[in-house]
Amino acid sequence: MVDIAIIDYGMGNLRSVRQALQAVAPAASVVVTDNPQEVLGASRVVFPGQGAMPDCIRELEARGLRAALLHAARTKPFLGICIGLQMLFEHSEEGDTPGLGILPGRVVRFANNLCDAEHSKLKVPHMGWNQVHHGGHPLWKGIDQDARFYFVHSYYVCPKDTELVQATSCYPQAFTCAVARDNLFAVQFHPEKSQDAGLRLLKNFVNWAPI
Amino acid sequence: MLAKRIIPCLDVTAGRVVKGVNFVELRDAGDPVEIARRYDKQGADEITFLDITASSDDRSILFRIIEQVAEQVFIPLTVGGGVRQVEDVRNLLNAGADKVSINTTAVLNPKLVADAAGRYGSQCIVVAIDAKQVEPDRWEVFTHGGRKATGLDVVEWAEKMQTLGAGEILLTSMDRDGSKIGFDLKLTRAVTDVLGIPLIASGGVGNLQHLVDGVKLGGADAVLAASIFHYGEYTIQEAKQYMAQQGIEMRL
Repeated sequence: MVDIAIIDYGMGNLRSVRQALQAVAPAASVVVTDNPQEVLGASRVVFPGQGAMPDCIRELEARGLRAALLHAARTKPFLGICIGLQMLFEHSEEGDTPGLGILPGRVVRFANNLCDAEHSKLKVPHMGWNQVHHGGHPLWKGIDQDARFYFVHSYYVCPKDTELVQATSCYPQAFTCAVARDNLFAVQFHPEKSQDAGLRLLKNFVNWAPI
Repeated sequence: MLAKRIIPCLDVTAGRVVKGVNFVELRDAGDPVEIARRYDKQGADEITFLDITASSDDRSILFRIIEQVAEQVFIPLTVGGGVRQVEDVRNLLNAGADKVSINTTAVLNPKLVADAAGRYGSQCIVVAIDAKQVEPDRWEVFTHGGRKATGLDVVEWAEKMQTLGAGEILLTSMDRDGSKIGFDLKLTRAVTDVLGIPLIASGGVGNLQHLVDGVKLGGADAVLAASIFHYGEYTIQEAKQYMAQQGIEMRL
């Protein structure tokens, strides 16, 4: 029996997600899989992603993973990462792409010509370590307020329902970088690349027992 | 607020980390896996590996190194050197790289940058540019480890790479590489001002003030250095604390 299934739809480096999960849960069986049956049978599901949203949605459909993914997002501890967060929403500006529509809201791009308080240019993609301001969700347990996580993205989510928001970051305006609902948690940053804070979040996910 | 990044760079050949001056005179600096682990503990924001040889034996050693580092180090890893086709990008990502840096082949075949960014996303495609000053305020792109002039203007080239889908530019001043007299700040400023994507400054760091200048005067989003860290002159922690004291946002 698989403890943690990482959904593989052919986009990007999933090895680092697997290695980070294995590091915090050495005894767990962690698999990277594109097999819907394996996703359905797993106790926990991680939905990562890199690249462009239109390609991600297309590859997910091509592998017949949508139904298994929707089922997991409704029924078991589920962690979305980066594009795996963005795809949960209804629509993305990136390639004018419909998302999976699990959460109400849309995905928009950072504006060009952003500047910080000292009028220095802010580049897009938003790339590097930024502070995460978080609330009381159990996945933040043991993680300092405003701890830094590693981000690399040009788009961010705008949830319709602000109660979904579990953390924000600033670039330069506040944007949503984590959402949660019931058994589902999803983040814009890369916990697998965020050293101690990231590993702690993954460990909290591995031990998470949502009601 | 987003922090500026410090990126130690490991030039790797035949399974060892080396460092040269102006791209030659290589000196051994140790075991790459051990060094990467040390920099991770010291708080490096990313680590870059550049494979400076091209023999296929050395290539398989590099893959083993990346795999070993990726098992133990949970910060972004960039790997470059000898990337010639989309397949090479895929293999490096599969070995555990988060970003792949393309240099010579971007010049020989710019379509590779577009193809790789289209397939794996701009976020993992870094274009590395080796720049040499050819007249006041003009720099030319060099390839093949700095041996071959291309006639391309660095500022125009960086803009073109951004248009083709590069997610980041790694800009090395060949004139300053290994010199320890500081970044070429005019070059850094000239390129960062035309870019919407992040720029990593490289080449010439000899002390901690040079890192500060790269960000404050050069306008770099990240600073890359090798020898000041390899030979124990400064730890990455010391560098980050110094930069923070100078008012730069850092991850401490």
